[in-house]
Amino acid sequence: MERQLGTEVVKRGMAQMQKGGVIMDVVNREQAMIAEASGAVAVMALERVPSDIRAAGGVARMADPRLVEEVMSAVTIPVMAKARIGHIVEARVLEAMGVDYIDESEVLTPADEEFHLLKSNFTVPFVCGCRDLGEAARRIGEGASMLRTKGEPGTGNIVEAVRHMRMVQAQVRKVTLMSDDELMTEAKNLGAPYEILRQIKDAGKLPVVNFAAGGVATPADAALMMEIGADGVFVGSGVFKSDSPEKFASAIVQATTYYNDYDLIGKLSKELGTPMKGIDIAKLSQEERMQERGW
Amino acid sequence: MILLKGCEFMNRMKIGVLGLQGAIQEHIKQIEALGCTGVIIKHPEQLELIDGLILPGGESTTMRKLIDRYGFFEPIKQFSANDKPIFGTCAGMVLVAKELSESHDGHLGLMDICVKRNAFGRQVESFEAKLDVSGMEIPYPAVFIRAPYIEKAYTNVDVLATYENNIVAAKQDHILVSAFHPELTGDTRFLQLFVEMVKDSRKTATN
Repeated sequence: MERQLGTEVVKRGMAQMQKGGVIMDVVNREQAMIAEASGAVAVMALERVPSDIRAAGGVARMADPRLVEEVMSAVTIPVMAKARIGHIVEARVLEAMGVDYIDESEVLTPADEEFHLLKSNFTVPFVCGCRDLGEAARRIGEGASMLRTKGEPGTGNIVEAVRHMRMVQAQVRKVTLMSDDELMTEAKNLGAPYEILRQIKDAGKLPVVNFAAGGVATPADAALMMEIGADGVFVGSGVFKSDSPEKFASAIVQATTYYNDYDLIGKLSKELGTPMKGIDIAKLSQEERMQERGW
Repeated sequence: MILLKGCEFMNRMKIGVLGLQGAIQEHIKQIEALGCTGVIIKHPEQLELIDGLILPGGESTTMRKLIDRYGFFEPIKQFSANDKPIFGTCAGMVLVAKELSESHDGHLGLMDICVKRNAFGRQVESFEAKLDVSGMEIPYPAVFIRAPYIEKAYTNVDVLATYENNIVAAKQDHILVSAFHPELTGDTRFLQLFVEMVKDSRKTATN
């Protein structure tokens, strides 16, 4: 009858409960309440949405704990928060505050350019970004309980999220069909832990959920990511940088649930104002690309 | 699997999983493992095709909003009024309760229980524990995630399991609930309880 906290099942299971849902970035109590009312499955509390982080420049850190607390007290759905890559203390502070999930995020300025957090040491679960199966497997190896595409945050441009989702899916399929004696070489080529690839091969799928993130700007974008195999969607700047956040938030939620009901998505899209203005990824310099952070 | 495969008689039983959000595939997998047909329910009309309905784990607030938005509210109540079995896990248990401890109004209000949401605390308090369940010889591996519990069960409700004196599984007539997530384990014994209920309900319906 003894209680076991922070087990793999409990940490991964929490993310499984979020499947088919939308997780929204919010910067204050009011936005958190709009997100909850629209049907979001969780909110990500942060000081600035990615597009504002981009515009502001400088070092982006964990949000002010007062803000995280404000959001936690405003809603009953789970609250996530971001810690810098490799920033053990930011992560421990968020865990101590009782946030439900930590995003070890490239949207913030990395604290460690060599090492990611050893997430298996924590009771709180983590979500991490990935561009391919190697990166996905390394994060799972460190104890991430949920994955998301990196995309290119704050751009309103879906192209990178699509690339990352398709890449991971294709590589999972490849590993699944591989013969046993090819697996070690694949592990070497991907830079992926062999045991994790083994699990993926045996199960025919990733052992954790993989959400879309980084560039979702319209209901159709959210539905596209579901269509190509995302388990759910993170929306960062898209909601609260649009003309009417309430409508927009609710439309994204509906488009995610009914991602192959095109009449509905058309109808939802008609009623929206202007989505956030996008950025062409090719116009971003190497240093401006957040997805290159982490490895 | 030594357990009875409850669905192998007559035509296969169809068990639906409300497909709005949450751990849907996990339930479908268990349903199929017991030899029944699993159906993801995305539209209210589909309720007419199934013998039993599972309200899966997920976010109850989100599910309630989608239930309203897509016209599931009355059809699910009707499904229950026809004595068709319903199984609510975690968020599903919140949805079927008559009362919630933070507010008097429940959601679907199908079962005479008062449920406290996130009763064990936030995610860092989520846990696994072996649970003694009434009628099971070997303890059941229960997974509690931001789980609710039943604060009060009114008469006519059978308590199936408690954890530290809080009710975490119960049954009333054709409705079964668990605060934990049977779909996250490989142990199908809990779902088997529901399959038996669906089997009995089909027998009654044909008699």
